[in-house]
Amino acid sequence: MTRSFLLAAGVLLPASLLSLVVALAWGSVAIPLGELPRVLTGEASALHATLITELRLPRALAAFAAGGLLGVAGALMQVLLRNPLADPYVLGLSGGASVGALLAMLAGLSMFSVSAAAFAGAMLSTLIVFGLAHGTGSWTATRLLLTGVVVAAGWGALISFLLAVSPTEELPGMLYWLMGDVSHARHPGPAWGVLVFVVLAALPLGRTLNVLARGPMQAASLGVSVRPVEWSIYIAASLITATAVTQVGAVGFVGLIVPHMLRLVFGNDQRVILPASALAGGILLTLADTLARTIIAPEQLPVGVITAMLGVPVFLFLLYRSR
Amino acid sequence: MSPADAHADVSAAALSVHEAPTADTLLATRDLVIDIPERADSSPLHLTVNPGQCWGILGPNGAGKSTLLHTLARLRPPRAGGIELTGQPLGSLSRPDLARRLGLVFQNHHDGFPATVLETALIGRHPYLRPWDIETREDVDAARAALATVDLDGIEGRQVDTLSGGERQRLALATVLTQDPQVLLLDEPTSQLDLHHQVSVLQRVRGIAAGERRAAVMALHDVNLAARFCDHLLLMFPDGGACWGPTRTMLVPAALERLYNQALSVGEVDGHPVFLPRVE
Repeated sequence: MTRSFLLAAGVLLPASLLSLVVALAWGSVAIPLGELPRVLTGEASALHATLITELRLPRALAAFAAGGLLGVAGALMQVLLRNPLADPYVLGLSGGASVGALLAMLAGLSMFSVSAAAFAGAMLSTLIVFGLAHGTGSWTATRLLLTGVVVAAGWGALISFLLAVSPTEELPGMLYWLMGDVSHARHPGPAWGVLVFVVLAALPLGRTLNVLARGPMQAASLGVSVRPVEWSIYIAASLITATAVTQVGAVGFVGLIVPHMLRLVFGNDQRVILPASALAGGILLTLADTLARTIIAPEQLPVGVITAMLGVPVFLFLLYRSR
Repeated sequence: MSPADAHADVSAAALSVHEAPTADTLLATRDLVIDIPERADSSPLHLTVNPGQCWGILGPNGAGKSTLLHTLARLRPPRAGGIELTGQPLGSLSRPDLARRLGLVFQNHHDGFPATVLETALIGRHPYLRPWDIETREDVDAARAALATVDLDGIEGRQVDTLSGGERQRLALATVLTQDPQVLLLDEPTSQLDLHHQVSVLQRVRGIAAGERRAAVMALHDVNLAARFCDHLLLMFPDGGACWGPTRTMLVPAALERLYNQALSVGEVDGHPVFLPRVE
């Protein structure tokens, strides 16, 4: 365990820094690497200083935090449901968030209100799935998964309906939001706070999650209070996802693929996988967003398109090479 | 005598040997009725498992053997009655405390996510570690030693999903050996094992039960293995009746015939009684 932890930290921490540096240096105006330290000392040109401190740095930090949150949420959901296909999106969270955001856009509200509506939508979806999965009978992972998938399908229909009745000029903004959009993220502070808190809280819980991954009965016989732990994971993963979605819209795929990539490389100890998912998810979304705003600059692509285009080949390559 | 005739002769109450719990008793049930959904109440159990004892639970499919073991491990609530572990009510113990004193080997083994053989055995140390603790060299050594006792020491690095059914069953036993509880519950620990490993696993279980302040309770399908390795037996009849006591008093052919609804031929091999199904 200690070896994989150090290996993961040794690879991912420098890679995280590198991804942030790349995000600062690349863009419609390329800034030489040597210029970056001068921004700190105040010797850089006014244009570069403004570009970095006002635009690129908040955006890069927001992308990193949101990616990290999505990675951790995916890792938690996969343990909770003991299903490698689980991620917060499968459980209807992004659907609820999207419906909230689209309604706010239709009403012509500000970007801040759109974020708030997305958060409310995600939490509403959580409550619906939470309440219905409990039902009158016993609570099982399969039941939670099925409830989530069906609720997600319901949100999907609502999203299509909202897109169909929306005025044409609203559609590009809505589609961007649905595919993920970091360009409006300016205040990464709360997301970072949540990310740091969750990783610190998850570390001591990691071994319990390892045991829980063997099934609820086995976990209970090894001293785990299964029900409280399971509900805590579900609520935590929901809050994490809602926070991420509020920042960057409905970026799919990070929560599904990042934890699996890491498992293929570092094994399946949650004490390694959870913090590693935070870093790797952050790296993926930061790099993806940098590409999204540079490939066809000055136009921008939805970041969700890039995460999929980067993630799919890397994941398939790792899966193909694994035993 | 047909199994049906035996019913009248072998009433559960006449066979049962009740032992009152003492200060040494590890596991005791009082008027315990297990909860099998949509089944009438079975007869209350007053089991007393003392140190050094190795109990076998015999009964046909669906008689409630697994349900009883799960109830004893507080994985499901009883319908009535109570259970005491070393004199304390089971419900008063915290889960980790319970897991340090009582361990259960399940009949079915979940795959979950990929894990190596050593990692799987090592989770037996979970109840002993505080949240921030990392497994120490001693924990790993305990897991390695447990793997060696079930002949799995050569394949510590193998992925669990590449193991055979029997190897996986032995791995589950190694995990509970790493857990090192006072009371060992086993749900059909030999169902997938070859002959040699059936014997070696049951010898190991009996050896543990003979240790200081230890005991084992296991559900078994093989009457002959139970007769050979268990000193006490609990018979769970399909109609909800039950009887229990020292093995020699329980091995009444008529009772076993009623238990399985199967005519038996009885013989003696190496001085031990042997029961085989009689096929017309």
